[in-house]
Amino acid sequence: MIEIKPPINLQQVNEQSAQAEYLAIDVEQWLHIYEQMLKIRHFEETVNELYKGARMPGLAHLYSGEEGIAVGVCEALRRDDYITSTHRGHGHCLAKGAQVNRMFAELLGKASGYCKGKGGSMHIADPETGNLGANAIVAGSGGIATGAAFSSKMRKTGQVAVCFFGEGALGQGVLYEVMNMAALWKLPVLYVCENNMYTEYTYYREVMAGSLKSRPEAFGILSEEVDGQDVRKVYTTAMRLVERARRGDGPAFLACNTYRYHGHHVGDINRGYYRAKEEEELWKETHDPINLLANWLQSSRGVQTSILESIDTHVRSEIATGVEFAEEAPFPDPSEVNQDVYA
Amino acid sequence: MSTPEPDLKNSSPVLREITFSQAVREALAEEMRRDPTVFIIGEDVAEAGTPFKVTLGLVEEFGTERVIDAPISEPGFSGIGVGAAMTGMRPVVDIMFGDFLGLIMDQVANQAAKIHYMSGGKLKVPMVFRTTLGATRRAAAQHSQSLQAWPSHIPGLKVVLPSTPYDAKGLLKTAIRDDNPVVFIEDKLMHQAKGFVPEGEYTQPFGVADIKRSGTDITLVGTSSMVQVALAAAEQLAALGISAEMIDPRTTVPLDRQTLIESAKKTGRVIVLDEGYESYGITAELASVIAEGAFYYLDAPVKRMGALDVPIPFSPSLEDLTVPNPTRVVEMAKTLCGRV
Repeated sequence: MIEIKPPINLQQVNEQSAQAEYLAIDVEQWLHIYEQMLKIRHFEETVNELYKGARMPGLAHLYSGEEGIAVGVCEALRRDDYITSTHRGHGHCLAKGAQVNRMFAELLGKASGYCKGKGGSMHIADPETGNLGANAIVAGSGGIATGAAFSSKMRKTGQVAVCFFGEGALGQGVLYEVMNMAALWKLPVLYVCENNMYTEYTYYREVMAGSLKSRPEAFGILSEEVDGQDVRKVYTTAMRLVERARRGDGPAFLACNTYRYHGHHVGDINRGYYRAKEEEELWKETHDPINLLANWLQSSRGVQTSILESIDTHVRSEIATGVEFAEEAPFPDPSEVNQDVYA
Repeated sequence: MSTPEPDLKNSSPVLREITFSQAVREALAEEMRRDPTVFIIGEDVAEAGTPFKVTLGLVEEFGTERVIDAPISEPGFSGIGVGAAMTGMRPVVDIMFGDFLGLIMDQVANQAAKIHYMSGGKLKVPMVFRTTLGATRRAAAQHSQSLQAWPSHIPGLKVVLPSTPYDAKGLLKTAIRDDNPVVFIEDKLMHQAKGFVPEGEYTQPFGVADIKRSGTDITLVGTSSMVQVALAAAEQLAALGISAEMIDPRTTVPLDRQTLIESAKKTGRVIVLDEGYESYGITAELASVIAEGAFYYLDAPVKRMGALDVPIPFSPSLEDLTVPNPTRVVEMAKTLCGRV
């Protein structure tokens, strides 16, 4: 039987200063963050249902369990700040402001999807919210995000670029090339590494030598590691690193320790050969980012259960409406197949 | 479809001959003056002016903020170019040797080429990858290849192969203004070649072949380094009483199919030349376009002449065997014309 892998540095930060920082932030903002996380969770669980019911073409890589990172980071950004995302990208897109209905439409390959159905689950782009696109090449958007930061610096717009990637991307050389240039040229870019412990079907320690955080540190990049299940910590840390980048103080690296509730993709059902069911249950029961925030909102911010329930009702209704919109939407016209090859 | 150069010699207010390098440099400088979003990034592009000295002097006018020396990280700075292009800039990424396409192919083929389509047309990637081709510089297998078939195979990219200083300047200006990723490939041996280039503003459209010499017996299609080889062969053939037409497509994507097909219909015999490897190469595509488009007019199979399908050897006595030369083109043309 496969052993339970130890969680990485998940101790809750309870020092006075952090608590004071969280308490200083308006409860409305925390409720908004709660709603965004819940929206991603329900979105992803619905995608899984669509897949299992054979109502969706292709596959999808679900973000359930990691919501605290996308929401915590994107809430620290301006609308015109840039993000780049990954194959596991639905959460980043929603957190940056994408609409549920057009997201579902894209996943179903419909004309009203964000990319007219030409991109699909792994390539959702929404320039209106600064989303430069999800990328299905691991570390494939390292250059794009760093280039967007480079461009922002040249154009003097004060925009920051965030590059989301999983710990698997640390195996790709191009990421170190662009980190070197980001550090040399003090580019306003934040590298957010979501360490969910599994690179596809392999425990990350089996394929990663040495220290994760010391890699960006070798370039002189400020590196921090946080509990990615604690959205409060992710949010406040991201705000600090984003503002630092915006001031011109250069790039930063934020390692967020987290867990992927589902398999590598929706079809990865029998996972016993690489991770234990008990491990998955442990994370869901004790380290769920949405529950952790809900508990704190109730215990320390006086939020009534009924308020959280009404948010849940609202989000579920938005998801249901979105799925209906997408399922009823038309597929692209055949004439679209060779459009948009060239600008 | 006609050669612009003769007109120039007659009508240009200022007649002058400059090198291919100077023409490229002028195009870069003019576009950088015209458009503040244009910048150059690559290895040793600033004070060194690249090993080929093409960008020499640009850093003095535009500063190190727009003529940027990058580390030896081709995939990294190509990727930065892609991201900058997506967010309002027009980068010209300098890839010293075409062989290094092997290093940057993910950025070129999976990122730059596909982003416009994948985003449903919402994002665009206006950038130029400037690189080189060509053997016989005794640079061996990793600095001598002509890999234009690679980018030409990927939808979403445009591919430019200038063969004169005039075309180099006009086509590079068009490439920089194009809203798509363009791979612009220069023959290293051509950098010091001179040609007529007017002073001042002009651009050259993509997808327009140049009929460099008219003829009636056989068509020689040649790209980049093979244009001069084909023209030299045409000259020798004329002495033998064989009238050769010579066409330079100038861009492989988009390709001026019509001009190639019309010429083949007229002459009935065609040799296609390109310095890329012959198998699965540019010559295969051009020959196929011609064979399909002019089938009933052909008197002989369309023949391909590309680089020998071997890694480019170092030894001069071997390397010279890998590239088509005028003598071999003449022999092939004589065979096709039944003049052996």
